[in-house]
Amino acid sequence: MSVIVVLIGVSVLVALGFLAAFLWAVKSGQYDDKYTPSVRMLFDDNDKKEENNN
Amino acid sequence: MSSDSVNAGKDILCFHCGDICKDDSINIDDKKFCCRSCKLVYEILQENNLCKYYDLENQPGNSPSVRSNIKYEYLDDEITKKQMLDFSDGKISTATFFIPQMHCSSCIWLLENLYKLDSGITHSQVNFPQKKLVFKFLEEKTSIRKIAELLDSLGYEPLINLDATERKSKQKHIKSLYYKVGVAGFCFGNIMLLSFPEYLGLEKLTDPEFHKLFGYLNLFLSLPVFFYSSSEYYLSAYKGLKNKIINIDFPLFLGIFTVFIRSVFEIVTQSGAGYMDSMSGLVFFLLIGKIFQSKTYEAMSFERSYKSYFPLSVTVIKSVNHKTIPLANLKVGDRIYVRNNEVIPADSILFRGEGNIDYSFVTGESLPVQKVLGEIIYAGGRQIGSAVELEVLKEVSQSYLTQLWNSDAFTRVKDSRLVSFSNAISKYFTLAVLTLAFASAAYWMPVSFDMAVNVFTAILIVACPCALALAIPFAYGNVMRIFGRNKFYIKNTNVIEKLSKITSVVFDKTGTLTQSTKSEIVFIGSQLDYNQLILVKSLSTQSTHPLSRKIFEFLSDFEIIEVKEYKEFTGAGIVGTLGNHVVKLGSESFVNDVQPLSRMTGEVNSSKVFLSIDNDYLGYFSISNAYRQGLSELINNLEKDYELHLLSGDNESERSFLKSFFKDPLHMHFHQSPENKLKYIKALQNEGQEVLMIGDGLNDAGALKQSSVGISISEDVTNFSPACDGILNSSELSKISDLLRFSKDSVKVIIVSFALSFLYNIVALFFAVEGLLKPIIAAILMPVSSISVVVLCVVATNYLSKKRNLK
Repeated sequence: MSVIVVLIGVSVLVALGFLAAFLWAVKSGQYDDKYTPSVRMLFDDNDKKEENNN
Repeated sequence: MSSDSVNAGKDILCFHCGDICKDDSINIDDKKFCCRSCKLVYEILQENNLCKYYDLENQPGNSPSVRSNIKYEYLDDEITKKQMLDFSDGKISTATFFIPQMHCSSCIWLLENLYKLDSGITHSQVNFPQKKLVFKFLEEKTSIRKIAELLDSLGYEPLINLDATERKSKQKHIKSLYYKVGVAGFCFGNIMLLSFPEYLGLEKLTDPEFHKLFGYLNLFLSLPVFFYSSSEYYLSAYKGLKNKIINIDFPLFLGIFTVFIRSVFEIVTQSGAGYMDSMSGLVFFLLIGKIFQSKTYEAMSFERSYKSYFPLSVTVIKSVNHKTIPLANLKVGDRIYVRNNEVIPADSILFRGEGNIDYSFVTGESLPVQKVLGEIIYAGGRQIGSAVELEVLKEVSQSYLTQLWNSDAFTRVKDSRLVSFSNAISKYFTLAVLTLAFASAAYWMPVSFDMAVNVFTAILIVACPCALALAIPFAYGNVMRIFGRNKFYIKNTNVIEKLSKITSVVFDKTGTLTQSTKSEIVFIGSQLDYNQLILVKSLSTQSTHPLSRKIFEFLSDFEIIEVKEYKEFTGAGIVGTLGNHVVKLGSESFVNDVQPLSRMTGEVNSSKVFLSIDNDYLGYFSISNAYRQGLSELINNLEKDYELHLLSGDNESERSFLKSFFKDPLHMHFHQSPENKLKYIKALQNEGQEVLMIGDGLNDAGALKQSSVGISISEDVTNFSPACDGILNSSELSKISDLLRFSKDSVKVIIVSFALSFLYNIVALFFAVEGLLKPIIAAILMPVSSISVVVLCVVATNYLSKKRNLK
C-alpha cells in the first residue's frame, strides 16, 4: 500500500513542476502578447526557406 | 496571389499603400505609386532586400508624412532622451515606441527586421496588440532620434508621449491574476484527485490511514487557494464594507470562509472529508471569470488629458537661431515658430505672419479663424497655411484651454450614483441568507448543538453565490467583445450597466454629427463650363482663406493657369486677372456691388462664396458641413426612448437644419464653451437624468467626464481622443441606438441568469436544511450550476446581438 504514498508524492511533484513552469511563463512575459508570436513564427519559416533556396 | 484585389476595380492602386493613384506617372519596375513618398519607401526597402514586405500582404504600407528634419530634434535633448529610454548602460540602450500605424503581418515583419536598415539596431520586437515596438540599439552607432526618423520615413510615425507611465499598473494586475489562477488550478486539480475515494464511496474499503493522509494533503493544498488566490475577494469585500456597501464579494467571502473553517474542522477531527474541492474549484472558476472580464483594449487609452494632444516640442527662436526644445521648458516671453498644421502649445500673441487657426477640435467651430498681428491666439488651435511667429503669454498649464482640467470633474473619481445591479441584489441576498442560516440554527439548537452548527455552515456554503458571481463577468465580458466587433471599444465592463440606464443623449456637433474633414460643396447658379472652372480653381489657389481652400479641393481635377493682378480684400473676397478674364470670388456685396440680389432663403446652414467673371454674376458656391451618414435614422431610433440634446461650440448657422432632428428648441445650444457643456450636463443630472455624452474634441472633455457615460467619436481609434468611457469608430455612429438597446438586453440576461442561479441555491438549500449535504452533492452541484450559468450568459448575449443586427 505504501507504494500509493510514493506515487502520490511523485504526482504532486510533477504537478508542482508544471505549476512552476506556468508561473515562470507568466513572469517571463509570455502571456503579455498572445498575438505577435503566432505571426512571427511564420516569418522564421519563410526566412529559412529562402536561405535554403539561395 | 496578390493580383485579384488589384484588378477588382479600374482604379490603379498604389503598390505601397493601396490608395488610389491619380495616374500612373509615378512608377518603377512596373509598380505604380500614389505619391513620391510611397515610392521612396519602396526604394529604401528594395535597396535593402526587404521586398518580402510586399509578399506577406497586399499593399501593406502607410504613406509617410511629409519629412521634416527638425521634427524629432528634441529627442537629442538629454532629459527627453532619458525619459524615453527603458534601460541604458551607456553603450546599449533599450527603448519603446508606440506606433499606431502598424496594422498587418507585413508591418510586424518589417519592424522586426529594422536591423537591416540601421546597423546600430541590434534587436527589435513588436507587441502587436499594444502596437508597441521595443528595440535595443548601440549608442555609438545610432540614436533614438535617428531611429524615430527612420521609422517616420518608412511611414511608421512613432507617437511619442512622455508621460506614458499609464498602462504599466494594469499589466501588473493581469499578471497577478494569472499567478492566482495557476495556483488555484493546480490545487483544485490535485484536491479533486485526492477526493476521488470520497466521491466513489471507497473510504470504507481503504485503510483509514489513507483517509487521514488524503485529508491532510487536501488541507495543505487548500492553503494557497484560501490565503493567496482568493485574497482579492476578501479585499474587495472589506473595501465594500468600509464604504457601507455589501457587494457581491461579501457573500462570496462568507461562503469561502465558512467552507474553509468547516473543512479544516472536519479534517482535523476526522469527522468528514471537508469541501476543499468545492472551495478551490469555486475560486478557480471565479478567477477565470475575472480574467475573461478584464479584457482591455491595450492600444487605446481612455485617460488622455490635453497633454497628449499637445506637441512634445516647440521651435524657439533665440536671436536668429531656431532651436527645438521640449514643451516643458517653454517659458513666458519665449518666441516660438509654428509651422503649417502644428498645434499652438500655449496662449500667445501673434508676432509675425498670418494666423489662420483651426479650432475645430478645441472649441467646435467648424471654420478656421483668421488672426492678425498682435491678436491673442489661444492654445490648442492648429495653424493652417504659412508658418507664424508667436510670443508666449502664459505657461502651458495656465492657458485658457488647459484650465478646464482644473475643474472638479477631472479631480474626482467618476460619479458612482448608479449602484451596480449586482451590488443591489447581493445586499438583499446576503441578508436573506444570514437570516435563514440563523433561523435554521435556532431551530436545530434545542435538538442538537452539532446539528445546528452543521446546518448553519451548510447554508452559508451552498448559498455562496458562485453562479451569481460568474454570471456578470461572463455576460459583460462577452458583451464587451461584441461591442468591440462593432468598433465600439469600452473602458471596462461597468460601462455596460451604465449604458443600460441612460435616459438622455447629448450630442456635440462639429466632428461628431458632422465629418470633420469633409464638407459638402454645391454650385448654385448658371452652369459653369470647363474653362470657367479652371479660372475659379486657379484664383482660389492664391488665397489661404479656408473657404478658398475648400473650393480648391472641390475642383481638384482641373488644371491651374497663371493669375495676374491678384488682390485679396480681407473680409470681402479675392479678385484676379486670368488670361483676359477678371474673376471675383467673395461675399455677395463684394462680387455684386452694382445690384444686390435678393437674399436667398432656405440654405441657411451654409457659407456662401459668390462668383463673377468679367463682372457677370454667375452664382455662388454653397459650402456646408457634411453630416455623417445614417444620422436621421439614428435620431429617429433614439428619440422614441431618449431625450436628445445638442451642444455645439459652433455658431447658429445650422440651427434651422438641425431643427428637423432636435425638435425641442430648448435642447439645442450653440456657442457653448467647454465649461458651459460641463455645466449643462450637470444640470441635466440634477434633474435626475442619466446622461450619455457623445463628443469628439477637447471642448467636450469636461462634458464627457461629467456625464454618466462619455463616448468619444474618432475616425481612427488609435488617434487622440479625450478621456472617456468608450471610443466609437465614426463609421458606426448610426449604430448607437442598437448598441444602447443591446446593453439593456444584456442586463436582462443577467437577471435571467441570476434567477437560474437562485434556483440552484434553493435546491442546494433544500439539501442543506435537511442536513444532507454530502461532499459529492456539493462537488457536482457547484460546477454544474456554474457552467450552466456561464453557458447561458454567453449564448444568450450572442443570440441577442444577432437579433439587434450587431456583428
